[in-house]
Amino acid sequence: MDYAVNGQTIGADEEGYITDMSTWSKELAGTIAVEEKIDMNDDHWEVVNFLRDYYEEYQIAPAVRVLTKAVKKSLGPDKGNSKYLYELFPYGPAKQACKIAGLPKPTGCV
Amino acid sequence: MEDWEEDEFDGPVKKFMYVNRKAPYGTVYALEGLEVVLITAAFDQDVSLVFIDDGVFQIKKDQETSGVNMKNFSPTYRALEGYEVEKVYAEKESLEARGLSEEDLVIPVEILSAAEISELMDTQDMIVSF
Repeated sequence: MDYAVNGQTIGADEEGYITDMSTWSKELAGTIAVEEKIDMNDDHWEVVNFLRDYYEEYQIAPAVRVLTKAVKKSLGPDKGNSKYLYELFPYGPAKQACKIAGLPKPTGCV
Repeated sequence: MEDWEEDEFDGPVKKFMYVNRKAPYGTVYALEGLEVVLITAAFDQDVSLVFIDDGVFQIKKDQETSGVNMKNFSPTYRALEGYEVEKVYAEKESLEARGLSEEDLVIPVEILSAAEISELMDTQDMIVSF
C-alpha cells in the first residue's frame, strides 16, 4: 500500500508502514493520517514527534504501555494515560502514531 | 471494560531468563533475542537477561556498524529500563577475557561470576539461550 506525496511514490508494507524511514516527511505524515482517518492537530503532532524522538534515541518503536509511560514521564500525567492517547489515535496510539511517524510496527505488538 | 483502560496482565508470572552468548552482528541471534525479551516484558513476566561469552559484546559502547551494513541496535538495550527489565547481568569471566569492564557497557549491569550465574539459573522457570 504505497503513498503518493508531491508526485512521488513512497513505498509501504501491506499494513501501511513505510518501508524506508528516510522517505518520511511532514507531508507524508499528513497523507498517512488521512488514510488513518485522523485529523492532525497540535496534540497529534506532539505524540508523533515524541515517537520520532524516542526512535532516534532507542532505535525501536515502543509498545503501547511503554509509550504511555514515557509520555507520562516527559509530558505529564494529563497526556501520559491510555484514555488521552486512545482519544487521539482510536485504533491504537502505538500502531497508528508510529505509522504516521514513519516508524516500524512497534516491538511487542504481536 | 473499555478498551482504553489499563489492562494489566493477571495470569501466572513466570521467571524467564534470556542468555545471550553471541556477538551482536554476523548472526541474527542477538537482535532476535532482544526482540523476544521486549515482547516477553510487555506481558509482565519476570524477565532477566544475562550476557555471557561473546554476548558481552552486544552491550559494548561505541559500536560502528556501517562497515557490515547492519543497523547498530545497541541503543535499544537502553530502552529495557522503560520495559521494566531491570535484572541484567554480565559474566565476570567473559568480560575479563575480553578486556571489558562496566564502564565499557551501554547499560548498567550487575557483574556476576559464572558460579553465581549458575545459581541464578537454578531459580528460573524458563531459560532461553540465544
